Amino acid sequence: MKEYVMGNGAIALGALAAGVNVAAGYPGTPSSEIIETIAKHPHEGTYIEWSVNEKAAMEVAAGAAYSGARALVTMKQMGLNVASDPLMSLAYVGVKGGMVVVSADDPGPISSQTEQDTRRFADFARIPVFDPSSPEEAFEMIQAAFDYSEKYKTPVILRPTTRVCHAYAGIDAPESFAAKQYDGFEKDPGRWVIFPKLSYKNHGLIEQRNKDIADDFSGCKFNFTCGPATEKAVVASGVSYAYVKESLKAFPDIKLIKAGTAFPFPEKFMLGALEGVKEVICFEELSPYIEEQILKLIGRNHLGIKVRGKLDGTVPHNGELSVSIVTDILSDFTGISADKPADISGIPPLPVRPPVLCAGCPHRASFYAVKQAMKGRKSFFCGDIGCYTLGNAAPLEMVDTCLCMGAGITIAQGLHRADKDAVCFAFTGDSTFFASGMTGVVNALYNEADMVLCVLDNSTTAMTGHQPHPGTGRNMMGNIVDKVDIAKVLEGMGVKKIVTVDPLDYPKAVQTVKECADLPGVKAIIFKSPCIAIVKSGKKCTVSDKCIGCKKCIREIGCPALIFENGKVRTDKSLCTGCGLCAAVCPVNAIGGNANE
Amino acid sequence: MNKDIMVCGVGGQGTVLASKIIAAAAMREGNTVHSAETIGMAQRGGSVTSHIRVGEQSYSPLVPPGSADIIIAFEPSEAVRNIAYLKAGGIAVVNTSPVRPVTESLHNTGYDGSKMVEFLKENCSCIFVDSDEINEKLGSAKFFNVFLLGVLAGSGKSGIGKDSLTAEIKKFVPEKFIDVNLAAFEAGYEKGTEFNADK
Repeated sequence: MKEYVMGNGAIALGALAAGVNVAAGYPGTPSSEIIETIAKHPHEGTYIEWSVNEKAAMEVAAGAAYSGARALVTMKQMGLNVASDPLMSLAYVGVKGGMVVVSADDPGPISSQTEQDTRRFADFARIPVFDPSSPEEAFEMIQAAFDYSEKYKTPVILRPTTRVCHAYAGIDAPESFAAKQYDGFEKDPGRWVIFPKLSYKNHGLIEQRNKDIADDFSGCKFNFTCGPATEKAVVASGVSYAYVKESLKAFPDIKLIKAGTAFPFPEKFMLGALEGVKEVICFEELSPYIEEQILKLIGRNHLGIKVRGKLDGTVPHNGELSVSIVTDILSDFTGISADKPADISGIPPLPVRPPVLCAGCPHRASFYAVKQAMKGRKSFFCGDIGCYTLGNAAPLEMVDTCLCMGAGITIAQGLHRADKDAVCFAFTGDSTFFASGMTGVVNALYNEADMVLCVLDNSTTAMTGHQPHPGTGRNMMGNIVDKVDIAKVLEGMGVKKIVTVDPLDYPKAVQTVKECADLPGVKAIIFKSPCIAIVKSGKKCTVSDKCIGCKKCIREIGCPALIFENGKVRTDKSLCTGCGLCAAVCPVNAIGGNANE
Repeated sequence: MNKDIMVCGVGGQGTVLASKIIAAAAMREGNTVHSAETIGMAQRGGSVTSHIRVGEQSYSPLVPPGSADIIIAFEPSEAVRNIAYLKAGGIAVVNTSPVRPVTESLHNTGYDGSKMVEFLKENCSCIFVDSDEINEKLGSAKFFNVFLLGVLAGSGKSGIGKDSLTAEIKKFVPEKFIDVNLAAFEAGYEKGTEFNADK
């Protein structure tokens, strides 16, 4: 019986079918459900963890793979930047057991900072990469990736994109799973200790081996052609292959070349596929990787083939591709116009729906307390990665900068070096604090920075779907573990002023911020209140007849549960959690019903 | 069977569960099914869509424009936002009750969904339902998604059997909520049959 699963579930089932022994990762959209799916299939011999960040996950997986175990490590594409230090060196050292790095790319980008392309990373690190076009293919590819990894003793990357990760399909997975049997770690400093001499030797071997892998890839089932031998041909990889297949329903048959392994580039396969072709168009998302490889191939072999794609401006560089985009380009490429749905005119203006902090989100209260406390004072607010990035939206407008995981803490220090008059705040979530915030705090202490660190501790990793982290006291094996206490961590580092406050206690929160802002050095405020998604709502807020319709609550805090109707505010009972922040803001005490009443 | 079905709405309305149940029910009947969801940051009060594609020849995980047989819209402006996906002769099941975004409360654009409903009436065949009214009857806003599945089944437009849908509802919802969900489904089914030309 087929199991109907998400692409990430298909990757997880594939890893389980390959006998994975150790799976580690750090949550990040669109990759998070891989580890979670593995956790839903507990069996003897498979260990799973949410690591503290991607670098830790990569190193845990590498250690396991050194021992001959099959290891999986998962992350989103920017996580690979964090894990790139171990990965680049691991590429030289290699592995014994199969090790697959899943790095999920996010064309669009839909929920990421960058449109970077993991295939480039694979090329940079000189390690093989598979590029699935569907959940079904991802299920097969990850199993092949483990085999290739073991055969060639190298980590291998599987690079799905959002539309593969979040697509659903029926997968024929085994009924039960058996973890791989392995020998264990054998001491061999000549193999496992990286030194310049080893790197020099292995660099040569790796380049030689990559030629073998390229030949191996040329014969593998993920690279194939379909359709008749035409002079114009289409090359597609990843989910673009699905878009092209869909689009080609509207065109006469044309040769379609599917490239499923980007690096080492399957040159023999591609040379064969391009035989008799005079013009080729490449459909791929993110960077023109395959297109560049084909151009190199054509140059080296003196082939007179015209190549179209991103580099000549035919295909857009940024954003996702789609069936519509592909169809438009193919109409131009083939000179045949495809039937298109009629344009619809007279569409009324649509309401815009930017993502916002949930009704009752404690982050809203934390931001509002800082905003009120700092009213009239020059202050900068450095944000970070998580739900709380949404604090940038009106009416809060409390995120002045956001760069990458953990950067808020150190950017706040830099802003203060350049502008001594400003009070500099850094906002970081609890999971982000553990992932990459702590180093920045030590930097601030060591270099005598002036800053206010605000840890928005909601006891979960909310944005990516509520994964546990070191502060939650639970781990991915389902065990209750000792909590790593953020206040104690800060105290141990040497932060002198640490205050834990409930952001929903509005007057106290404002007072705490004012007090900390006036002190020199590094101050930390831990705004502690659980994410509304993991606790039961309190008594919902109600607006009485006293409401004068001034809309101050809406203008100040912008809670989605506050609705203005017939000259008065009311609360949406299905959204309100009873946090009471609106009641604290109301100038005429018209809002009640909550705990603060 | 070949069918493209889109489910759209605002993050938090229960569109994802509805789409999972439709997809699983279609698969239960032996069809090849693919679907895709909006997940992550966009879920927080943003526009969300689910694409369900039934049939061997559906390659793209997303429904191409002009291909959807049915759009199930949990919110009127979201129906309009996705109208280009509806194929000529397709049908939209639309909740007329609007979800006002925070940006609307801040800037007072006066959005109340009525212009959307007017536009939909002129541009496609629709089955309108009002969640405010339904939720009052069902006693909670939590079962409206399953109610809409009932409407879909009752209308006879999806090609997916009632029994398959109810079997999947039983699988997907927590055990203690099965009865109340099935009641919501039946209420929707009854509503849907009003629009079933073949009944």
